[in-house]
Amino acid sequence: MKYDVIIIGAGITGNSIAFELSKYKLKVAVIDKENDVANATTKANSGIIHGGYDPIKNTYMARCNVIGNRKTRELAKKLNVHIKNIGSLVVGRKDKDKEKIDELYERGITNGVPGLSIIDGKEQIHLLEKNLQDDIDYALLCTSACIISPWEYALALAYTAKVNGTDFFLDEEVTDIDKTESGFRIKTSKNEYQSDFIFNCAGLYADKIFDLALKDAKEESFKITPVKGEYYLLDKDQGDIVSHVIFQIPSEKGKGVLVSPTVHGNLIIGPDALEIEDKDDVSNTYSGLSFVKESSKQSVKNINFASNIRNFTGIRATIKGCDDFYIKESKTLPRFINFAGIKSPGLSSAIEFGTIAVSFIRGRKRLDKKKHFTLYPLPTFFKDLKESEKIKLLKKDPDYGEVICRCETVTLGEIKKAIDAPIGARSIDGIKRRTNAGMGRCQGGFCSHKVFSILKKKLNLPFDEVYQDKTGSQIVLFKTKGGK
Amino acid sequence: MKEHSLIVVGGGPAGLAAAFSAYQEGVKDILIIERDDKLGGILNQCIHNGFGLHRFKEELTGPEYAYRYEQLVKNTDIKVLLNSMVINISENREMTVLSRDEGLLSLKGKAIVLAMGCRERTRGAISIPGDRVAGIFTAGTAQRYMNISGYSVGKNVVILGSGDIGLIMARRMTLEGSKVLAVVELCPYSNGLNRNIVQCLNDFDIPLYLKHTITDIKADERHCRVKEVTIAKVDDNNQPIKGSEIHIACDTVLLSVGLIPENELSKKAGVDLDKKTKGPIVDDTLQTSIEGIFACGNVLQVHDLVDNVSQEAQKAGKNAARYIKEGKRKIDRTVKLEFNDNISYICPQIINVTDSTDDIDVFFRVKKPIENCFIEIKSSTARRIKKIKLIPSEMEKITIKKDEIITSPSLSISVEAIQDD
Repeated sequence: MKYDVIIIGAGITGNSIAFELSKYKLKVAVIDKENDVANATTKANSGIIHGGYDPIKNTYMARCNVIGNRKTRELAKKLNVHIKNIGSLVVGRKDKDKEKIDELYERGITNGVPGLSIIDGKEQIHLLEKNLQDDIDYALLCTSACIISPWEYALALAYTAKVNGTDFFLDEEVTDIDKTESGFRIKTSKNEYQSDFIFNCAGLYADKIFDLALKDAKEESFKITPVKGEYYLLDKDQGDIVSHVIFQIPSEKGKGVLVSPTVHGNLIIGPDALEIEDKDDVSNTYSGLSFVKESSKQSVKNINFASNIRNFTGIRATIKGCDDFYIKESKTLPRFINFAGIKSPGLSSAIEFGTIAVSFIRGRKRLDKKKHFTLYPLPTFFKDLKESEKIKLLKKDPDYGEVICRCETVTLGEIKKAIDAPIGARSIDGIKRRTNAGMGRCQGGFCSHKVFSILKKKLNLPFDEVYQDKTGSQIVLFKTKGGK
Repeated sequence: MKEHSLIVVGGGPAGLAAAFSAYQEGVKDILIIERDDKLGGILNQCIHNGFGLHRFKEELTGPEYAYRYEQLVKNTDIKVLLNSMVINISENREMTVLSRDEGLLSLKGKAIVLAMGCRERTRGAISIPGDRVAGIFTAGTAQRYMNISGYSVGKNVVILGSGDIGLIMARRMTLEGSKVLAVVELCPYSNGLNRNIVQCLNDFDIPLYLKHTITDIKADERHCRVKEVTIAKVDDNNQPIKGSEIHIACDTVLLSVGLIPENELSKKAGVDLDKKTKGPIVDDTLQTSIEGIFACGNVLQVHDLVDNVSQEAQKAGKNAARYIKEGKRKIDRTVKLEFNDNISYICPQIINVTDSTDDIDVFFRVKKPIENCFIEIKSSTARRIKKIKLIPSEMEKITIKKDEIITSPSLSISVEAIQDD
């Protein structure tokens, strides 16, 4: 199959680019080794749309974050993605942190971040946040910072790209890339494709993908260093411990352990930062979790960790020695463009990557906008509909009256819709990301077997091909003696 | 808004017994609301026997026990709404129900009985480190897959926690041909009923590791499924002891680490909860802090035996019926039951003394096993009951006598070891 552009990687970076390119008359495909979009770094991070005071000026990070913040806020609303403009606070102690906080403020002003102010004094700060540690007396408030559901955002971008003509090839690993006269030949575990342009958005594996294309000419090679970060996700009874994203003073290692409400009303705490070897090592550790727990106490008190409902780990793809995003066209392989090292503020900046991607194509290929480009907003959760809308939907389809996930009140109708979505859910976790089923306090204890049966029946799958998440992540292993 | 005399939230053993008891007391307009597509609740997946020894004086399986109560209810005018979930309750006993057949309903009960049961504690609640892959289940979820859906969740299994469901599942999986390699318990004693340790572990040579915990779960190379579990001994502060690790190759981890009464709905109604039981605070009639709302079964306190659930629910149903017929009781005074440090909780938490106060049954659990001890009931006098052994996994019942209640301004229960002289 022949494409104008092939995007490798269906995380937030790849999906943002696919979204933007789907506005043009281009033949575009997205390839990912996972069986769902947003299934690596994009699904496991803090879910913050940063203000943009952190990056150094004149970097991709600074530019994309500040523009990205504004654009993401507008777009997320249109795409019906959960986003909340709650603002952020970098908190510290005046005697030792004033200089650093002032520097962030100045940097923010230089970068053009709106809504920045310094809050000086214990009382003023504790009026904003009652659960901050008592000795916190100096803070940077950024009213433009938001929290977002990162996987919903990536899904909505991918759905929109899909309904506007982009092909998605999931569960296909790129195994080889060859230069051809007009572009590239891409071999995958299932197929072979031709493309004029390649956008390498492979996240943690961007180095491997680039190396596949570079063959022996490794001068341009870069190495992705995975940096692991562990998190706590607490029950909704802790969701109002803080009302802003609470950051600690950033260091070379990152933005430190944050405490924040999530868009779904939980409380998220994390991450730490640990360099690792294995790009897929999303395990939790005693040391990581205790570090996160202890560190959170530097800024926030009264968190009841007994309300923890889930720990998880996300991995950022970093490139040592590169303080910015690595966005570059290859010199040896023109039309092979790397979007690599997309660490924080990658999610905040992602939407701007699309614009940058277009600029790489401009002048080298006809770029005509499509007459019809339609956004594909996500369905509103049934529980969040107005009563009149609920009644209307129930009349049309009684499946909306059957609650499958009791903790999050997710109905059968919503789960079926998630399977039928433009990029349909194919696993229990795929359903979870699209509907919230299984995300509550019982963590799928009561609904996972129901979701299992719905997937099995609707997709006509044998029992050993219903997966928890990745292809192969089998849930049940064999039939019982009396099992039908 | 449609009004019913009594609305019972939940059609498991507690809900069924409460509804039937209220019906026997003369309340005819009763509605049971059940989330699932059938009555019986969690009993439906408990296909082992051992139910009903107290209530029916014979040994039944879970579904058989449920069936008995279903039949009792079926032969009455009690209405049942299946596939329906109460999504909100207000303190004036109005509720919103989402129902497959009826759509969105607004209902009001003259009285309400809360009987929503409990849920299992999850991996998150105890922050077990390791990979997050397929093959990690709470014991009850695994039981559901096996006994209702007809699929086994694993071949080589490690079970964390020695709660009853975990023990039952150890036997169940063994009978289906799987290997249960270890049951790992943090406490120096088991948290299940003694009969289950004997019948489910000892009879099948399944090793029980006391004072151990899981310190790591490793995934296979593809990060799909559990491949290995590391267990380690813990010290007296429950911290893993370095060097004591044992690696066990397995594909499945089951968690049986406790049950939590499901009171999210009760919270919405504004019912006061007990921090320890995580259930509503109730008086001797099992009425919650909100007039006309009663609670029973595992939503009130986690029980060991369904027979006790039925008994408790019967009391709640009877008292709800009385409330419907007679309205608010005339209360002379309220006594809070005090208890000493060896007791983890007591239920009911308060006694409302009226002119018709009679003997009252009170349930409690000890914090840790105590041998050779006594229970003391302190009222205007003190009464001691000798016990050979009390353990946390077995709920204790005592009856406080009418005289003790009406003659004393305060009541306290304590458990003490008998000092050897």
